[in-house]
Amino acid sequence: METNQPKIQVQGLTKKFGKKVVLNGIDLDVMPGESLVVIGGSGTGKSVLIKCILGLLNPDAGTVKIDGIDVTHMSARRREKEVMHKFGMLFQGGALFDSMRVWENVSFGLTTLKNIPAAEAKDIAIAKLADVGLKPDVADLFPAELSGGMQKRVALARAIATDPEIIFFDEPTTGLDPIMADVINHLIVECVQKLGATAVTITHDMASVRKIARHVAMLHQGHIIWYGPASQIDHSGNAYVDQFIHGRMEGPIEMAVRRD
Amino acid sequence: MDATRSPAALLLDFCQGIGTVLLQFCQGTGQFAWFTLQSVSHIFRPPFYWRNLVRQLIEVGYYSLPVVGLTAIFTGMVLVLQSYTGFSRFSAESAIASVVVLSITRELGPVLGGLMVAGRIGAAFAAEIGTMKVTEQIDALRTLSTSPFKYLVAPRLVAGIIMLPCLVLVADIIGVFGGYLVAVYRLDFNPHTYLQNTWSFLQNMDVISGLVKAAVFGFIITLMGCYHGYNSGKGAEGVGVATTNAVVSASILILLTNYFLTGLFFAH
Ligand SMILES: Nc1ncnc2c1ncn2[C@@H]1O[C@H](COP(=O)(O)OP(=O)(O)OP(=O)(O)O)[C@@H](O)[C@H]1O
Ligand SMILES: [Mg+2]
Repeated sequence: METNQPKIQVQGLTKKFGKKVVLNGIDLDVMPGESLVVIGGSGTGKSVLIKCILGLLNPDAGTVKIDGIDVTHMSARRREKEVMHKFGMLFQGGALFDSMRVWENVSFGLTTLKNIPAAEAKDIAIAKLADVGLKPDVADLFPAELSGGMQKRVALARAIATDPEIIFFDEPTTGLDPIMADVINHLIVECVQKLGATAVTITHDMASVRKIARHVAMLHQGHIIWYGPASQIDHSGNAYVDQFIHGRMEGPIEMAVRRD
Repeated sequence: MDATRSPAALLLDFCQGIGTVLLQFCQGTGQFAWFTLQSVSHIFRPPFYWRNLVRQLIEVGYYSLPVVGLTAIFTGMVLVLQSYTGFSRFSAESAIASVVVLSITRELGPVLGGLMVAGRIGAAFAAEIGTMKVTEQIDALRTLSTSPFKYLVAPRLVAGIIMLPCLVLVADIIGVFGGYLVAVYRLDFNPHTYLQNTWSFLQNMDVISGLVKAAVFGFIITLMGCYHGYNSGKGAEGVGVATTNAVVSASILILLTNYFLTGLFFAH
């Protein structure tokens, strides 16, 4: 399965908002079938990094290659035709279409991308909902009628519904109870192992990291300050990583809080 | 504080200020032009989202009927009352019917109808698309390989261009009917003569020019709603501002283009 062509290749990626530099020259390769977890403090630009790879944000410098093809400055039309179908994305806030029913949300990609008729798409949607631990009776509800954790799982079902090659999960387990979180972790592992998908996951949840990651990248102040196999995370020898995974207040990472 | 600055520095500040404003203006214009081009080009390029189009046709057309109908009937009624008080001084009552039908078909139907729909539809589109933008639903559309221009903007533009003329045609009829009611039942006009006076001076061009105006206004209203929604700022406040801007800019543009369209149609 492993080839030398990275599925995602990010080089020198820089993104600023006004004067604020969020990403400052990120280099990152993700191989096919790989499961990468990106960790880092809140507001360090993890979501921005994913959005730059997806082309939802335009980077100020650097390139993004998908399957070896430079997509950084691709036109919106070509991107929709040639690149986007490879992606599945779970947004941090869910981003469910609130004017559509749950099953229409989940089957959106199936009907628009693969031209599957509505009745069949609904069955697939219900099956995908079952995968994320939701009963068939939620299929006809609207997103606003669900709890936060249920919305997250619907969004997850939508992200994986088309069996994409590359899946981005932005905090898939935040807001879920520990048992459901484990179900979701298991599902992500399954996506990678059974479907051979490439996964990039952002999480703050160390249990998730240990369960789903093959490699871990830690983002801090616009740089990837540590990258390595998940098994090495406890012996990284990096003070930043140690502070982060043990959740200590004292350490090299300065939180912008006032201490009297 | 000013005393310590040299005149040259002040001049430089001044130029910089003007430059900034000018740059922002150019950027805004460019952004708007790009948005308009994108939207229009997506109307003609497949795939087409027919279901969205039907939904918007109903939203823009059917649900605007009450508002536009009420506006039209009271406009027709008040026109008759007002022109009667004026025209009866010159014993020119027979001209009232023609004045009413011409004012309604040429100007008041499209303009008042357009303004009412701008308030309804411009605001609704800006709020809906703005909310989708703020909650990342537009980004989600794009990750599902769907162009927001095709899926959201193009059906709305087409619905505006098609439905506004239909609404205005209905408004024309209701408006004339409102005038007829007041003339016949309140001012004791002969019904038969009133109707005859209504038709006798009316030309195809009067109605058609009104419908063309309506189509243009439909484009303006829906474009403004979508544009301001799509470029809405952050949070609930951003969406609120977008909604206001959509209605205000659509209304002003309607009045402005109406002047030029009237000039185009009737000033020879
Ligand atoms: N559209 C935007 N406009 C301006 N600034 C932005 C925008 N999006 C993100 N930022 C800024 O970029 C920085 C990184 O944001 P990002 O959402 O990537 O953080 P994150 O690492 O995902 O944090 P969290 O773990 O809390 O989700 C933040 O400081 C944020 O203020
Ligand atoms: Mg984030």
